[in-house]
Amino acid sequence: MVPVSYYVALSAILFSIGTLGVLIRRNAIVIFMSVELMLNSANLLFVAFSRLYDLEGQIFVFFVMTVAAAEVAVGLAMIVAVFRNKRSIDIDQISSMKG
Amino acid sequence: MLINYWPIAILIAVSTFLAVAVVVFGHLIGPRRPSERKAAPYESGMEPIGPGTRRMPVRFYLVAVLFILFDIEVIFLFPWAVNFRNLGVFGLIEMFVFIVILLVGYVYAWKKGALEWE
Amino acid sequence: MTVSELGLLNILPILILVVWACVLLLLDVFVFPKREQVTPLLSAVGLVVALIYTIPQFGQPKEAFNGMLVIDGFAVFLNVLVLISGLVAVALSYDYLNRMGMARGEYYVMMLFSISGIMLMTSAADLIVVFLALELLSIPLYILAAFGRPKMESEEAGIKYFLLGAFAGGFVLYGIALVYGATGQTGLTGIVEAASGGLENPVFLLVGAALILVGLGFKVAAVPFHMWTPDVYEGAPTSVTAFMAVGAKVGGFAALLRVFMIAFPSISVDITPVLWGLTAATLIVGNVLAVAQRNIKRLLAYSSISHAGFILMAFVTYGDASVRPEATAAVLFYMVAFAITSFGSWAVVIALEHAEDRGLELEDYAGLGRKRPALALAMAIFMFSFTGVPPTMGFAGKLYIFRAVIQGEYYGLAVLGVIVSVISAYYYLRVVVVMYMREGDPETHSEGWLNLTTAVTAVGTVVLFIFSAPLFDWAAQAVLRMF
Repeated sequence: MVPVSYYVALSAILFSIGTLGVLIRRNAIVIFMSVELMLNSANLLFVAFSRLYDLEGQIFVFFVMTVAAAEVAVGLAMIVAVFRNKRSIDIDQISSMKG
Repeated sequence: MLINYWPIAILIAVSTFLAVAVVVFGHLIGPRRPSERKAAPYESGMEPIGPGTRRMPVRFYLVAVLFILFDIEVIFLFPWAVNFRNLGVFGLIEMFVFIVILLVGYVYAWKKGALEWE
Repeated sequence: MTVSELGLLNILPILILVVWACVLLLLDVFVFPKREQVTPLLSAVGLVVALIYTIPQFGQPKEAFNGMLVIDGFAVFLNVLVLISGLVAVALSYDYLNRMGMARGEYYVMMLFSISGIMLMTSAADLIVVFLALELLSIPLYILAAFGRPKMESEEAGIKYFLLGAFAGGFVLYGIALVYGATGQTGLTGIVEAASGGLENPVFLLVGAALILVGLGFKVAAVPFHMWTPDVYEGAPTSVTAFMAVGAKVGGFAALLRVFMIAFPSISVDITPVLWGLTAATLIVGNVLAVAQRNIKRLLAYSSISHAGFILMAFVTYGDASVRPEATAAVLFYMVAFAITSFGSWAVVIALEHAEDRGLELEDYAGLGRKRPALALAMAIFMFSFTGVPPTMGFAGKLYIFRAVIQGEYYGLAVLGVIVSVISAYYYLRVVVVMYMREGDPETHSEGWLNLTTAVTAVGTVVLFIFSAPLFDWAAQAVLRMF
């Protein structure tokens, strides 16, 4: 059996990659993929911890996956809409408001 | 324990080595006679039509998003199906409510023309 | 399990809203040819029915879904506020959407879904519900922010709000996972029991709570997580901004208050300094940056950040059990004051806004005092209320907040609050000065529902001030059984 702490470390690494991705990358789709990575790192944590406790953590993961799917639908729709308008999904290029 | 993972580690090492070796040796030893036809993108032996990186029609994307939305709901159906007998009539009603909510979304998408191809 | 065991009757208002939203979605595509005129009316009917079922819930706390939802005074108070806010938002939107050519039935359906998300949030007693409610409240708001499409600014607002909102959601989720890892519980009362019994990894609980704070801080626009606010508020259709400013704040603060006060009192020693810094930063940044704004939507955006700071001020005291009820009641009261003033000021903005973002600069308000005296008076009342000048709700709200902060012996924060209030007087009163002292000929819209909303909120801002003592008593009673 792999100790739970290994999973915790892995999930912390994934979460950090996701967070850095959101902060550093400029492509809206890549940013969005980084957010998904953050959600999935939390999922990993839930499943790992649920081995210590009860099934609640695993059930939570189902809900998170569903919510993530809903977010994908809304997010991709917006990204496509912006792309049609601006011919770009670079977050710096679509930023027009300042102040 | 971790020792059980040794076979996997060895497998990863061997396959990495093989993959790298095949590419590198092929590159070093193999003959190279480039022609225009060889450089063209491979399209299952057919004559290539148009450039390889064409933009997809946005309709594919619409179908894909609808697919994600309705596909992911199966993760609730599976645990329910496994525990169907334990959950009994109550579980049946719950699942019925769940499906009806999904149906509302489906009907909406349908009437909005999201499922029309043309 | 039966219906009564689940407590479905206790969450009837939320169920009504969700079912009604689904029905409206279908009615929208099937029945009405001129649906954009009918849907707002029907959604208002749904809100009223939900309100009728919510008000009698005040009193004994009730549970639903085995304690995952608690319908106590706190929840009922905020639910009433949110439902009334929803009605005001529908009234605000109706004329605006028609004028801007955005009238589509889905708008109101999204609003209903978002409101039901906020209502779930106010009664969430389990971190799973907190996360689901957060998403149910946010996802429709992302769509609403982009509702002005194909207008570029609106799409931009939508995508920015979406990316940062999803980012914040990730933080909340990871925080919840860590809390679950530390305690083995997701129920708020379960967490506090496990925490008091000693934990194997107390650092998980602390980091988890901090991440939840960051995520919810994004939602309520606390500095340094506020970057999205001005852009989103400016780009989104104004009626959406008005709803978002109140709805997202109520939802976010409801979750913050309940989660931290019930589940994390044991780590308040470590969290309070962080909260202190967050509050001070929010107060300073919100008020100082607002001074430089010439665009009224951005001005109100920074103003809303600064008001988040004032609400956070009371929240800083959460670790002190003796101040906690008083502080929570002050927050509830302040949210009422903020909601009514905020909706009113956005209504005035809508009355002056024209297609293609004209009429949104401060200069466009010049001469309003002469041309539309009533409208200018209303705007002046809202600006005074935002500043905290009697006789307005804003004054009473600040009074209660400061009282709680001083009771908690956070004198530094109280002094800071007074200083930034003085700064805020500068930019709020500038609007009044421009309206009355400068010559100009602003083009305004006079539409039935819009005028009604402005009048009701303006009168309410003053009249509720007169009744602020009983209202505060009600808020104090609402939080009585919470702890």
